Amino acid sequence: MKVTVTINGTEREADVEPRVLLADFIRTQLGLTGTHIGCDTTSCGVCTVLLDGTPVKSCTVFAVQADGRSITTVEGLRTDGELSAVQRAFKEEHGLQCGFCTPAMMLVATDLLESNPDPSEDEIRWAISGNLCRCTGYVNIVKAIQAAARSAQPVGAGE
Amino acid sequence: MYPAAFDYVAPRTVDETLAILADRGEDVKILAGGQSLIPMMKLRLATPETLVDINRVPGLDAVEVADGHLTVGALTRHNDIVSSEIVSAENHTMAAAAPWISDPLVRNLGTVGGSLAHSDPQGDWGSVMLACGAEMVARTTRGQRTIPVDEFFVDLFTSALEPDELLTEIHVPRYRGPAGGTYLKLERKVGDYATVGVAVHLQLDGARERIEQAGIALTAVGPKNIKAVDAEQALLGEAPGEDLFAEAAELAAAAAEPRTDVRGSADYKRSVVSTFVRRGLSRAAGQAGRG
Repeated sequence: MKVTVTINGTEREADVEPRVLLADFIRTQLGLTGTHIGCDTTSCGVCTVLLDGTPVKSCTVFAVQADGRSITTVEGLRTDGELSAVQRAFKEEHGLQCGFCTPAMMLVATDLLESNPDPSEDEIRWAISGNLCRCTGYVNIVKAIQAAARSAQPVGAGE
Repeated sequence: MYPAAFDYVAPRTVDETLAILADRGEDVKILAGGQSLIPMMKLRLATPETLVDINRVPGLDAVEVADGHLTVGALTRHNDIVSSEIVSAENHTMAAAAPWISDPLVRNLGTVGGSLAHSDPQGDWGSVMLACGAEMVARTTRGQRTIPVDEFFVDLFTSALEPDELLTEIHVPRYRGPAGGTYLKLERKVGDYATVGVAVHLQLDGARERIEQAGIALTAVGPKNIKAVDAEQALLGEAPGEDLFAEAAELAAAAAEPRTDVRGSADYKRSVVSTFVRRGLSRAAGQAGRG
């Protein structure tokens, strides 16, 4: 089947079998390997992408379901070569170790901060609760998301 | 992991969907949120010949109050229930359950109707609907029928839906007096299946002296979601109170059919049922103004 998606702002068309999962489609056919595959059983969340702006597990969506829709992967977080506030914060706060869960964590954080620019620690932990990290113990991930929230706030706001 | 090959169709209307279901016979599956079906297909536990994706059919995801009940479209996502002001105003049991379903990513896609049609005894909505006395509305090319929830769950992963039937909406009765309800769930970690879940619904008379309606249902402690009928009966017409709730809790625990597994022993799960029913009834009575 012919599938047309807008991925990170660029329209791409490809021929796919209906049983091809979105995660594999993105990695293999679109060549964007920032989207990782972990458990492949809807448990770990590392394959998270934003589908029409909503975080979903791309191992549990068929590529044909994304026809006509817009997808953001980690490759789409940068604008004009500049890291986003969330990406900068993950770098500065050591919000990663091995990096395997990081694309998903940053996409979930980006979505969270769009709807809730000043989240509490509980709200952050709740938002990332579908994403497993085996290295950090989550502490620096939470700190990174808090830092990203602060950096996006106007000075003096939220005090 | 790849599922076995299948034909994919994405109808744009309910009528088109029903025609495909009528035409394709037994080996057809409806794809709603896909958060249970796709994993089962990847494990080849489900190998449908045809997958009917209803995500492009408009009008199946409305949450509204109409004709004395809360109508929940079958394609309503779990997270839409979490954020629904109508649900939080109308039904405490549903509002309490929604945030505990799986994890935030699954809640973004998974649907209420899909979860019910899947009829997994570890599904949370099944118990919520049993406790609240909901009705399932299903359509075929031959017409529409309404299935009371206590006739809906037939067995493990088996609902009363026929292969050509589409679950279109769920009708949850509105409160007709002081009422409350909740959902309590024990899980090892976010996204795990429930070790035990308990849904509770209570409605009192206008004077808040007697229990007029009682609903108690149990998740993950039997081959299907269990309606604790004896416990419900013991509450009807009685004055709400801790002794009464303790009695109902024991009756509910007796109705559970838990099995020992990695999540706990059968005895432990039965004990959790009892504790949750007691706590749930207290909370529901408090919401109804009899704390």
